[in-house]
Amino acid sequence: MGAHIASQKTYFTVTVALLMLLVVKVGLAYVHIGIWSLVLTLTVATAKALLVILYFMHVRWSTRLVWAVASVGVVWLLVMFALMMSDYLTRGDVHYMLNQPPVSHTVNER
Amino acid sequence: MSSQRHTSLLHQFNDLEQQRLSYEVGMWIFLATEFLLFGTMFAGYMVYRTHFPAAWAAGSQELNVLLGLINTAILLISSMFIALAVRAGQLGLGRSAAKFLLVTMALGSMFLAIKAYEYHDKWSHHLVPGLNFEAHPEHPFGLPLFLSFYFTMTGVHAFHMIIGLGIVGLMAFWCWRGRFTAEHNSPLVMTGLYWHFVDIVWIYLYPLFYLIGR
Amino acid sequence: MKEAMIGQPGRHYLNEGGFGWKSWLLTTDHKRIGILYMISITSFFLLGGIFALLIRLELLTPQADLVSSETYNRLFTMHGVVMVWFFLIPSIPAVFGNFLIPIMIGARDMAFPRLNLASWYLFMLGGIVAIGAIVIGGVDTGWTFYTPYSSTYANAYVVLTVIGIFIAGFGTIFTAINFIVTTHTMRAPGMGWFRLPLFIWSNYATAIIVILATPVIGITLVLVGVERLLGFGIFDPAMGGDPLLFQHMFWFYSHPAVYIMILPGMGVVSELVACFAYRRIFGYIFVAFASIAIALLGFFVWGHHMFVSGQSLFAGLLFSLLSYLVAVPSAVKVFNWTATLYKGSIRLEAPMIYALGFIGLFTLGGLTGLMLAAAAIDIHVHDTYFVIAHFHYIMVGGMVLAYMGALHFWWPKITGRLYPNGWAIIAAILIFVGFNLTFFPQFVLGYLGMPRRYHTYPEEFQMLNVLSTAGATILGGGYALPLGYLLWSLGWGKRAGPNPWDARGLEWEMTTTPPIKENFEVIPLVEREAYDYAEPALNIGEQLRFEREMAAQGEKGYR
Repeated sequence: MGAHIASQKTYFTVTVALLMLLVVKVGLAYVHIGIWSLVLTLTVATAKALLVILYFMHVRWSTRLVWAVASVGVVWLLVMFALMMSDYLTRGDVHYMLNQPPVSHTVNER
Repeated sequence: MSSQRHTSLLHQFNDLEQQRLSYEVGMWIFLATEFLLFGTMFAGYMVYRTHFPAAWAAGSQELNVLLGLINTAILLISSMFIALAVRAGQLGLGRSAAKFLLVTMALGSMFLAIKAYEYHDKWSHHLVPGLNFEAHPEHPFGLPLFLSFYFTMTGVHAFHMIIGLGIVGLMAFWCWRGRFTAEHNSPLVMTGLYWHFVDIVWIYLYPLFYLIGR
Repeated sequence: MKEAMIGQPGRHYLNEGGFGWKSWLLTTDHKRIGILYMISITSFFLLGGIFALLIRLELLTPQADLVSSETYNRLFTMHGVVMVWFFLIPSIPAVFGNFLIPIMIGARDMAFPRLNLASWYLFMLGGIVAIGAIVIGGVDTGWTFYTPYSSTYANAYVVLTVIGIFIAGFGTIFTAINFIVTTHTMRAPGMGWFRLPLFIWSNYATAIIVILATPVIGITLVLVGVERLLGFGIFDPAMGGDPLLFQHMFWFYSHPAVYIMILPGMGVVSELVACFAYRRIFGYIFVAFASIAIALLGFFVWGHHMFVSGQSLFAGLLFSLLSYLVAVPSAVKVFNWTATLYKGSIRLEAPMIYALGFIGLFTLGGLTGLMLAAAAIDIHVHDTYFVIAHFHYIMVGGMVLAYMGALHFWWPKITGRLYPNGWAIIAAILIFVGFNLTFFPQFVLGYLGMPRRYHTYPEEFQMLNVLSTAGATILGGGYALPLGYLLWSLGWGKRAGPNPWDARGLEWEMTTTPPIKENFEVIPLVEREAYDYAEPALNIGEQLRFEREMAAQGEKGYR
């Protein structure tokens, strides 16, 4: 049939790589490098996600249609993030909420 | 459906390859919807994290890095086992596949057990917003927001895990009974794809909640 | 062989497999599922229409004399919820998409017939839950569920309604999965992408939007429910939340949702214009790609619903610019339809009247949309009747007319019967006139400043409101007519031949009327381009023989 069958060795290798990347990710959290911490952590997470998608989910050996469907969700999320942040980052008020006094909040009657 | 075992080609399809590809593409399209579902929550997370960076870091301290690390490792290994199960199914080795699926279920259950422990721990420390939250003077808004997102996002994730466990169990039963063959194993493939997706969500959840500002 | 048989096939999808309720409620035949949807969405349309009628009755007078303000809030909310999620979004795809897509591409059924049936059940379950919420008290938040009113302060059945919408949304997603996979993997030999009818392209583009947008509304409504039930402060400013976050999430879905609602209608119009101008669609490739462009660009414009909500000026201008872009592919379609009509052999049958009405009214609605996309104008007319008129021109003047056109065009194929032409034309004209009388005054009202969602208004607006209500009455009458004569035709209408309109396409040229259960005796080999009106229909001989035989047998209506 058309489905590609990977070797058990492939799966073991990928799993080891994933676990190593996990250790790297945790380690990064304890290194003080400011904003880069977030960037690098997300990069590592994305590397792990790609390993899972390409090997565990077989996209590496799948048709172009599957590639397209697998990518479209990601691309569309990026569109959502970009356009949403185009509002929040240009409001000029990122710190305003921190200055609000605490408000006592009563449970609403239903 | 047991009659399908011997005539695995469904009437609307012309050949098995068309059938196999249809199921694979169909499952990926469903996963695209799941992408957007979780992704929307990540968007909300991102919006609030930019507004409350200090509170987000404070909230992260409340989470147990080690337990999260163990859970992440558990899910990664469970992904390996379900991949092995699908592979066994594709080779026609039903019993082998069933065993691998059972290991997957065990690991998944361990994940949920640890999660339940973590939730209980939050409850006993009065960290559940809206229900028993004790306000933190330094982060009156940010901390409850962080925790709201924590519970909602890991909660929706856990809900997907529970459903996944059910489906994996059903697949294990069917594999054991020899329902799948080398020619017809799409439900097994689809289950694997679902499980891997749930794993990927956690791959992002872990650092974004547990590993901030340590 | 079919050739030898004159008349309708003895066994076809309506009588094969029995008549019992099990054969319908457990069917996996895409054609029967389409009919199940037809019955359900007609019922929802009636329900939504009753709410509209009550709204228009209240607005006959400037004072609040029919209902209280709380009730009025519930009326317009439920009108919106029912019409958007339980009528417009499923309408053409679930009824005509399900029925026609496999036939148009040369397949025996959808890729996933059981998933198809599950879609219908999810739709029904969601509908029942939503109706349950209406019956026990309803919701008053507006169909837009803005927070923090909906998430914290509303004293209404928000969670129950939201659950109904969520469940129905799953049904829509499953239908979309079926459409996309079927179009990719189940086309007959020779049916390349660019030989597909444009109806397929439109439904395919619609399905893409459904996949990318629906989960977003799903999770957004879940978040509202979570905030309501557990007190998580996600959108509530009193707890540090941002109500605008809800609006971003909501409109990320709901703007593309309006394209979910209109694209299938455009697909229908392409079919109708080609048939009743008796020409291939001018610029086929442009129209096909315009569908995809609308689907994609539609995701980049949602902020134009939030110009005055508090989003940043930069974002407002960005969304305004992008909103102008999305009008382009729609305009491309209108130009191509017009070019198709030019020097065509026009036949003014009922479906064509609806198609022409669509082109005119959709254009008006679209132009007013461009007015709204200009932030400077929108500031003045936001939340007024101008907006209401704009989207009703598209949704009713566009989409409902397209639905009626589709109904009148494919009715013979689906049921094997023809309806009385005279009544159909009267109904189409009544609907057109009633529609314009209802909604054109609302443009003026909005421009003059009458706010939407208010059940009282200043005296000087009464005349226009009375005109609008009068129009609504005529419109209602116009809708009642097809209900009457279409049902009548089932028992007493002329029998239809395989291709009564002399149209092109596999559903007209290669199937019987009504179609057999497997659609085709033999899967066809497609050798012609779409809309090949230059050549005679493949089964024109059969159609003519059918008509002669019916006349010879003294069948009613044939001479």
